[in-house]
Amino acid sequence: MADVIKKATRDSYGEALVELGKVHDDLLVLVADLADATKVEGFKKAYPERFFDCGIAEANMMGIAAGLAAAGKKVFASSFAMFAAGRAYEIVRNSIGYPHLPVKIGATHAGISVGEDGASHQCCEDIALMRTIPGMTVINPSDDIEAKAAVFAAMDIDGPVYIRFGRLAIPVINDFDGYKFEVGKGVLLRDGTDVTIIASGLLVCEALEAAKTLEADGISARVINIHTIKPIDEEIIIKAAKETGLLITAEEHSVIGGLGSAVADVVTATVPVPVVKIGVNDEFGHSGPAPELLKEFGLSAENIVKTVKASMSLKK
Amino acid sequence: MDSELKKRLQQQAAKIRMNIIDAVYSAKSGHPGGSLSIADTLTYLYFAKMHVDPKNPKMKERDRFVLSKGHCAPGLYSTLAERGFFDVSELKKLRQVGAMLQGHPDMKHTPGVDMSTGSLGQGISAAAGMALAGKIDSAGYKVYTILGDGELEEGQVWEAAMFAGHNKLDNLVAIIDNNGLQIDGKLSDVCSPMPITDKFAAFGWHVITMNAHDFDSIEKAFDEAEKIQYQPVAIVQTSVKGKGVSFMENNAGWHGKAPNAEQYEQAMTELKTAAEALN
Repeated sequence: MADVIKKATRDSYGEALVELGKVHDDLLVLVADLADATKVEGFKKAYPERFFDCGIAEANMMGIAAGLAAAGKKVFASSFAMFAAGRAYEIVRNSIGYPHLPVKIGATHAGISVGEDGASHQCCEDIALMRTIPGMTVINPSDDIEAKAAVFAAMDIDGPVYIRFGRLAIPVINDFDGYKFEVGKGVLLRDGTDVTIIASGLLVCEALEAAKTLEADGISARVINIHTIKPIDEEIIIKAAKETGLLITAEEHSVIGGLGSAVADVVTATVPVPVVKIGVNDEFGHSGPAPELLKEFGLSAENIVKTVKASMSLKK
Repeated sequence: MDSELKKRLQQQAAKIRMNIIDAVYSAKSGHPGGSLSIADTLTYLYFAKMHVDPKNPKMKERDRFVLSKGHCAPGLYSTLAERGFFDVSELKKLRQVGAMLQGHPDMKHTPGVDMSTGSLGQGISAAAGMALAGKIDSAGYKVYTILGDGELEEGQVWEAAMFAGHNKLDNLVAIIDNNGLQIDGKLSDVCSPMPITDKFAAFGWHVITMNAHDFDSIEKAFDEAEKIQYQPVAIVQTSVKGKGVSFMENNAGWHGKAPNAEQYEQAMTELKTAAEALN
């Protein structure tokens, strides 16, 4: 694994915006005093006349974005997930979601991989919050390639979109040339017959690692990447439930309301098979280096392997 | 103000007030008090000031209006109906299942509504966003928004005030409806946002005061607002909550309550009498 390229998806976001700014000369980007951290600094430098810093006022920033969109503008609003989805939730819900305005929300620093800043900044609730808003598309990319593709795809969605990016550099797992991003389509990364690991974000790479280990131990694990949490790809999930009879979900988010819940929502109404959720277990994070935290909270290939083995007996 | 125009606006406002009472009475709920306090201002905006076309409500170069105090939707709906954006008969269906007119403004389904509002403090941000879009496009349109005085207790209002001041949005006019009352009582007893004028001035706004029920004063204020450059404008209007209906006037109890049959008759009689006196 020495030659693995690692990159934080917040960097991918920033680079994609610069590219997008070339194609769309009317694209606007807003930020709330986090231009460098959310990586929109590049857009600011390239297109200063199309960049607006709203100051430390996320609620107003979302309202400004709504007003711009209502006046026909294309706009991305950037902040940390904690403030974009958390602090500004009700403004996103009422000023963007309810009128279904095509505001794109770029939320960086999601999950506990924020690391040293600690629990106040480690947002593990954003997917749950955003996916309850009617008409909101929620995307959680797994690497650099997918993150950039998601930013481009979001531009073509006639409605609000929430895209989640991370601070931690993570392996690039998708192939640039062969990669095709489809909103709402899960990606079958590895076929398998005994169990399906459904992962999102930085857990996709861990799920692939886990599947390799499981194979060596005689368990055939299917791996599906769900980058779009909403609208979720029901078909690929139902098929996996039917064919493998056991689903393990893995996400860097609370086990309440995130990918695991979304997957369970699909199968309970169709093919009720056991769904075992790996995520942050209804607790706050704490300070520490991101890799250590991910390990501690069980967001690792190692824990996926352990969980799969412990769950095999649930299969009927 | 030209006396003919004034008379026409007074007559129009009287009709809008009757429509407000009619709509809220039909819905058996809603917010008459604050709707009546902004009725004259809405009349002036839609019948003497704003560049709008009821036949082309999404016209690009139109002036925009955001009712930041969205609960006063009956006031806005009555005005839009009178201006021809939709049929006056819609007003009697307010708040009912299947109706176009929602409890709070819904831009997706109501012609003439430029922004969905209802959650206080948010409309002014959206209005500032629209004003910014106008600046980016070098468009000539103005964005008007009406806020309640109690709404100023929402922190987001001041985030928006800071943003508009910083970005010198001189195409934005925020009207603050200072009737002095909110749901729980007098602003001065609940959690006073006073002094309003000084606060907006401190955020870099040009501040004008006006009498919300005197068209001469209203015209003077908006004429002044028109001339201001490089600053957003706040017009603080002194108004009477429930204006035009004696038992609703200056009574916080009529913030969000519909009249019963007897009260409805009395309100309509009072408003009709006042309207006839104009002839």
